[in-house]
Amino acid sequence: MSDGTRHANSRPQGSRIDPYFDQYAERARGMVASEIRALFAVTARPEIVSLAGGSPYVTALPLDVVGDMVGRLVADRGSVALQYCTAQGDSGLREKICEVMSLEGIRAHPDDVVVTVGSQQALDLITRIFVDPGEVVLAEAPSYVGALSSFAAYQADVVHVAMDDDGLIPEALEEAIARLTAAGRRIKFLYTVPNYQNPAGVTLAAERRPRILGICQAAGLLIIEDNPYGLLGFDGEPMRSLRADDPDGVVYLGTFSKTFAPGVRVGWASAPPAIRDKLVLAAESAVLCHSSFSQLAVGEYLATQPWQEQVKDFRELYRRRRDAMLEALAAELPDGCRWTTPAGGFYVWLQLPEGIDSKAMLPRAVSSRVAYVPGTGFYADGGGTDHLRLSYCFPLPERIREGVRRLASVIEAEIDLCATFGAMPPHGRVGPETPGPGDL
Amino acid sequence: MNGGGAVTDFDHVVVLAGGLSPERDVSLRSGRRVRDALEESGVDARIADADAALIPALLADPPTAVFPTIHGSYGEDGAIREILALVGVPYVGSAASACRAAFDKPTAKALVGAAGIATPESVTLPREIFHDLGATAVIDRIIARLGLPLFVKPARGGSSLGASPVRTASELPTAVVSCFAYGDTALIERFISGTEIAISVVDLGDGPSALPAVEIVPTAGQYDYAARYTAGRTAFYTPARLPDAALDAAAKAAASAHAALGLRDISRTDLIVSESGEVYFLEVNVSPGMTETSTLPMALDAAGHDFGTACLTLLRLAAARGS
Repeated sequence: MSDGTRHANSRPQGSRIDPYFDQYAERARGMVASEIRALFAVTARPEIVSLAGGSPYVTALPLDVVGDMVGRLVADRGSVALQYCTAQGDSGLREKICEVMSLEGIRAHPDDVVVTVGSQQALDLITRIFVDPGEVVLAEAPSYVGALSSFAAYQADVVHVAMDDDGLIPEALEEAIARLTAAGRRIKFLYTVPNYQNPAGVTLAAERRPRILGICQAAGLLIIEDNPYGLLGFDGEPMRSLRADDPDGVVYLGTFSKTFAPGVRVGWASAPPAIRDKLVLAAESAVLCHSSFSQLAVGEYLATQPWQEQVKDFRELYRRRRDAMLEALAAELPDGCRWTTPAGGFYVWLQLPEGIDSKAMLPRAVSSRVAYVPGTGFYADGGGTDHLRLSYCFPLPERIREGVRRLASVIEAEIDLCATFGAMPPHGRVGPETPGPGDL
Repeated sequence: MNGGGAVTDFDHVVVLAGGLSPERDVSLRSGRRVRDALEESGVDARIADADAALIPALLADPPTAVFPTIHGSYGEDGAIREILALVGVPYVGSAASACRAAFDKPTAKALVGAAGIATPESVTLPREIFHDLGATAVIDRIIARLGLPLFVKPARGGSSLGASPVRTASELPTAVVSCFAYGDTALIERFISGTEIAISVVDLGDGPSALPAVEIVPTAGQYDYAARYTAGRTAFYTPARLPDAALDAAAKAAASAHAALGLRDISRTDLIVSESGEVYFLEVNVSPGMTETSTLPMALDAAGHDFGTACLTLLRLAAARGS
């Protein structure tokens, strides 16, 4: 057996693997490998019941019909579908987007609309054109993790505003604006997901909407209304959009990811003209133009398929899964847990018994073959340790019930651990730290 | 080295990667790297996961040999190797029984310690004991016995998941709870300050040989998950910047650990060389990481071995050994 003879004549060579490590911008500082992402790599396995992912149930689409439609699109209009287009997006699709928005009371002109790569790109562009490092963005507490990632990328200072079961609390918004203004801070916009919010599942009550608009108008504060789930309410008609009542003060972000399919990556922003012009230029600099193919495919789907009937089917499917989750939570979870009752969308927001840290609990949950998203991912300030997000959009109802059963035993074990050691300080690092796109 | 010869004597080989442990992502990266290196060497190498499709696939189209790169449970606790033996396919690496001893860190420490290698003083305690006897009383005794600083890690597992240093008494409960997130038994060691090194032992046909020591220097904080798998967060020095006497002692310790645990083909031993030059065994890995930030490929390179050729040689030796 030899033991180390090879090292004797070598000179130590230091290596950091990445020779450009010191060259990255400050905004890339948080882009590191993380335990949470490692755990989520496991959750894609079928053995795990993932209540983490926010993937729409696209299997419910008439995939054969969509396939035929796309085939015809290439055969009949391939020279357009496979070509560049304008940075603002296909005019035919923008007309149809206006029809979609009219369901929520918005009277828009196609010129107001900029087509984007999902609404995520609209978020990126909005933040790019408005926010300099250190400037304040107001966001709900909790807020959508993809938005927080965009804000972090532009080094915004996110200040969270409290919500309750009726959504954003007007008094809390007023207080935040007054406090920040008095401190000389520059607030760039309010970011809100008013309907079936991700992650909290709550909806901004109709009576609060004029108050929120009024507060922001008085403060000269732009509102970014992100509305991916607006047509996925389980009861009654869609809520009236904020932009419907203040087209000059609200930028509306929409997407076909939930009403059709996230794989087409088609979203949009509907904005006042001056903002729209900057968004178009920013989009051009970012991607030159969006995919013609995707835009025409969505336009064709809207024109030729009964898409509103399909949305009704989605609503019913998601309602059944929501019910399965709520029933399972009520039956299985230990005392001390509380959760929201969403009237639409994809998510339930669960509060754990005092002292339980959802991020610290995640490895045990994954070992028990159930996954969720820890609450800290939805806060920019380290909040949310005692919350977690559960999604019911993708698993079948029986899998949801099994997942909640597993989660209940994990929480019970965690309660026992907490009783043994007492409450622990929050676990790990602060900020959005999440799995891949399907989990957003 | 016995790496020569025509590759055509292989039908195909399977690189096992994935699994269900928190190290799945790391394993997939390791597996892809081994697969790519083998393909560059002209071998038909296929990635397979440890799932319900594995046994039928191995039976339907038996590979010449299997290269396991699954980390953590299944991959390193012997389970998947028992399955490979049941199916009757040769594989690279240690037999299941040796893996079981090596994967359980307290057991490995005891066996390696019995072979005369120093290892930090430690206690191993299951979660229940804290519950039944009272956490405060147990923690007080740990600190009274071992002192501070300490290092807490799951008794089974890798990639620093659930592992954390403890500098003050008030940090110990948090560290133990973090550890229990990844397993039900905690290994609490006296923290040894010094140079952190990893020494891989490979047997390419001439008997187990210790490769050059890789010194690990995180740019900030400890060598945690982020430091391990974010390129640039850790500086690696190969060979380690230690006196020859310390390097020789460390190489002997790694080779002795490999022998004491009955390991074969490949292992990586993590060691600390204290400021006074004493070598301490921390743990051993029977399915070492093969990613671009892993130390075994660095050590192979420093020793003048081509990574793909070394993998091929290991497979060839496994095939010759049979199932």
